[in-house]
Amino acid sequence: MHIREEQRERHTLAVLVDNEPGILARIAGLFSGRGYNIESLTVTDVSEDESVSRITIVTSASPATLEQVIAQLDRLVPVHKVVDLTAAGPHVERELALVKVKGTGDHRIEALRLADVYRARVVDATTTSFVFEVTGGTDKIDKFVELMREVGLIEVARTGIVAIARGTEAA
Amino acid sequence: MTEKSGADILVEALTDLGVEVVFGYPGGAVLPIYDALFKNGAARGDRAIRHILVRHEQAATHAAEGYARATGKPGVVLVTSGPGATNAVTGITDALMDSIPMVVITGQVPTTLIGSDAFQEADTVGITRHCTKHNYLVKDPARLGDVVHEAFHIATSGRPGPVVIDIPKDVQVATAKYRKPGPIQHKTYRPQVKAERSLIEAAVDMLAAAERPILYTGGGIINAGPAASQMLRELARITGAPVTSTLMGLGALPASSPQWLGMLGMHGTYEANHAMNQADLIVAIGARFDDRVTGRLDAFAPNARKIHIDIDRSSINKIVRADLSIVADAGRAIEDMVLVWKSRQHPKPDLSEWWRRIDGWRAVRCLDFPESGAEIMPQRAIRALYEATKARAPIITTEVGQHQMWAAQHFGFEAPNKWLTSGGLGTMGYGLPAAIGAQIGNPGALVIDIAGEASIQMNIQELATATQYRLPVKIFILNNEYMGMVRQWQELTYESRYAESYSDSLPDFVKLGEAYGWKGIRIERPDQLDAGIADMLAHDGPVIVDCMVAKLANCFPMIPSGAAHTDMILQANEVSGTMDDEAKALV
Repeated sequence: MHIREEQRERHTLAVLVDNEPGILARIAGLFSGRGYNIESLTVTDVSEDESVSRITIVTSASPATLEQVIAQLDRLVPVHKVVDLTAAGPHVERELALVKVKGTGDHRIEALRLADVYRARVVDATTTSFVFEVTGGTDKIDKFVELMREVGLIEVARTGIVAIARGTEAA
Repeated sequence: MTEKSGADILVEALTDLGVEVVFGYPGGAVLPIYDALFKNGAARGDRAIRHILVRHEQAATHAAEGYARATGKPGVVLVTSGPGATNAVTGITDALMDSIPMVVITGQVPTTLIGSDAFQEADTVGITRHCTKHNYLVKDPARLGDVVHEAFHIATSGRPGPVVIDIPKDVQVATAKYRKPGPIQHKTYRPQVKAERSLIEAAVDMLAAAERPILYTGGGIINAGPAASQMLRELARITGAPVTSTLMGLGALPASSPQWLGMLGMHGTYEANHAMNQADLIVAIGARFDDRVTGRLDAFAPNARKIHIDIDRSSINKIVRADLSIVADAGRAIEDMVLVWKSRQHPKPDLSEWWRRIDGWRAVRCLDFPESGAEIMPQRAIRALYEATKARAPIITTEVGQHQMWAAQHFGFEAPNKWLTSGGLGTMGYGLPAAIGAQIGNPGALVIDIAGEASIQMNIQELATATQYRLPVKIFILNNEYMGMVRQWQELTYESRYAESYSDSLPDFVKLGEAYGWKGIRIERPDQLDAGIADMLAHDGPVIVDCMVAKLANCFPMIPSGAAHTDMILQANEVSGTMDDEAKALV
C-alpha cells in the first residue's frame, strides 16, 4: 500500500491577529496539528498601538485543503481576518536576504558584478568577504543565492515573504 | 472599591455567571481557590457554589461534560497544576470533539517560577492550546474577572467547546478590583448564529422540490437547546421527510416517530444508510460528515445534492462538498426554514414513492439478532433495560465500544439531553463520571451508565464519588469478558487473532461495588434479566449490575472500514475475516 499525495497550489495568506502571547504558537500549531504545509511565515506587529500583528503565510495545498486552512485560521479566537492574497488578485511579494561570500581575486570581482546585476547592496566588507543585502521575490533571491554558491557563498539569512495587495484597497 | 484576592475574584465571577457546581480535585497550586470556596460556602450556605470532589481529574472533566450535556449549562472544572492539568487533557479533548461547553480552571506555579521546571509545573496553555476552543494564562489579577466572563462567553456561544484558564498561584493571592462586566462584545470572536434569508429560501426551495429528501441531523441540534429539537419535529412534520441522525444527535427526533430511520453510519441502520445513498437531497443540520458517518467517500450519496447547515464554517466542505452552505445556529436555521416554508404555503410533498422504498429497506429488519436460550444476548439486555425504564425517561450514558453501539441501536430516545456518550474522541471511561455529572444536574432523574467490563475499569474509582454525594447512579455492565469492539475488528479483519483483547483478571464487580457502599447485582441467565433490572430500579441508592452476556456477539449491521453505505454487513456469516491493506489502514 502507498500513501497518496494530493495536488497542491501555492497561496500567500495575510492573517491579522491580536498581538497576544502564544499567538504564533497557536497559528504554527494549527498547521502542524492538521498536517498543513508552511513554506514561509513572517510575523510582526503593524498597528499604531502594537495591538495587531500581521502574519504572512505561504502555504501549498489543494484547493479543498486551502479552504479548510482559511476556515480553521478564521475560527481561532484571536484572529481578526484572513485574506488569501493569491486569490484576491494582484499583489506584491518581497523578501530580504543577507548573503555572505568569501573569496579573493576573480571570484571577488565576479561576486560584485553579479550583485550589481541583482541590485544587491554591500552592507559589510572585509578584504576577503562581502555581505550583500538583496530584496525581491522568492525566485530572484533563489537565483541570486544560487549564483553566489559559485563565487564563495558561506552563509545566507532570509526573512521569508511579506506581501500586500496592489491597488487602493487595504486587506 | 476594595481589592480582593485573585481567588476571591474567581469565586465572585463564577457566582455572577450563575455557576452552581464545580467538579474538581485540590492540590498545591489551587489551595488559595479552595480556601476561597470554603469561605464562600461558610458565608453563603446553600447558595454557595457546590464543589464535587472526584477521585481523578479526568473524571472531573467527564462529569462536567455529563452535567453540561444533560442540563445545557456549561460544565466547570477546577484542578491543580502539573498532573492535575495533564490528567484533565483527555476530557478537555473529548469536550472539543463533541462541542461541549466547559470551562476548566487550572492552578499554575507562581509567575516567578514559570519556566523553571518547578514542582508540579507543566506548560498547561501549551499542552491545551490545540485541544481547547481557547485558553488563557492569567498573569494579572486585575484581568482575571474579565477573562473568566470572556471564557464562559466563548465556551457557550457559537460552536460550544472547552476553554482553559490557567491561574498562577501568586495571581490567586495578589489583590485587584473586580467589577462584573456588561454584555461581552468581543473584538474578534463574533459567531454567526442567524443565516442569510436568501440561503434559507434556497434551502426551502430545494427541499420542496426534492423527490427523495432526507434530514441528516447531529449534535448541533442538541447543543442549540431543546427548542431546536421541537423545531426539527415541526420541519419533519411539514416536509414529511425521513430523518436520520448521528450518534451525537440521538433524541432530537423521538425514536417513536414514524419518520425516524434510526442512526446512520458504521453501525447505523440499513434503512438510514440506504436512504442516504439513494437520496436526491441531503439536509445536514449540525452534523459534520464524520468518517464514521460517510463510509467510503467516493461512494457517499452519489446522486444527492447537499445542504450543509453548521455554526462552524470550518465544518462545511471539510469532508463533503456542499451544494448550499449555511453558517448558522441549527435551531435558528430550522426555525427560519419552517417559517419560510409556511409563509410560502408549500403543501406537504408527495413522498409516497420514496417512503415505499424506505419501507422496503426497513423490511430487512437489520437490528434483529439471533436469540439464544442459554445466554443473554447483549441486544436483548439493552431492549429489556429500555422496556423497564422508558416510562421514567432515563438519562443514559455510555462508555465506548460494542455496548455503546448496541445502546445507540436498541435504546429509544424520545427527547434531547437524555443520551450522553463520547462520540468524536471515543473515550473509554467517560460513562461513569458523565453519569455522576448528569445526576448532580438532575437529582430526581434515573441515570444509567450502560458500560462494558473493560471500559468501566478506566474510571472505576468514581464509585466513591457517587457514594460520597449519595447519587443513585446505576451502572449496567454488559460483561462479555472482551474488549468487544476490538475483538470484533480482530475477527473481521485479522482472522480472529485476538491480540490482547481478552479481559483477564476481572474484579468481582458485585463485591467491588459493595466495597464502595453500592448495591451489587449479578445477572447470569436470560431468566434472571428482567428480575435483575427490576432489583436495580427498586434500590434508591447506587447500583452496579454485572450482566453476563454472550461472549462472541458482534455488533451489526456494520459498514466495514473502506466500504460504501450499500455494502453493509448484516450477519456474521457475511464476514470474510480478512481485509486488504487499504482498508486496514483506515481507522
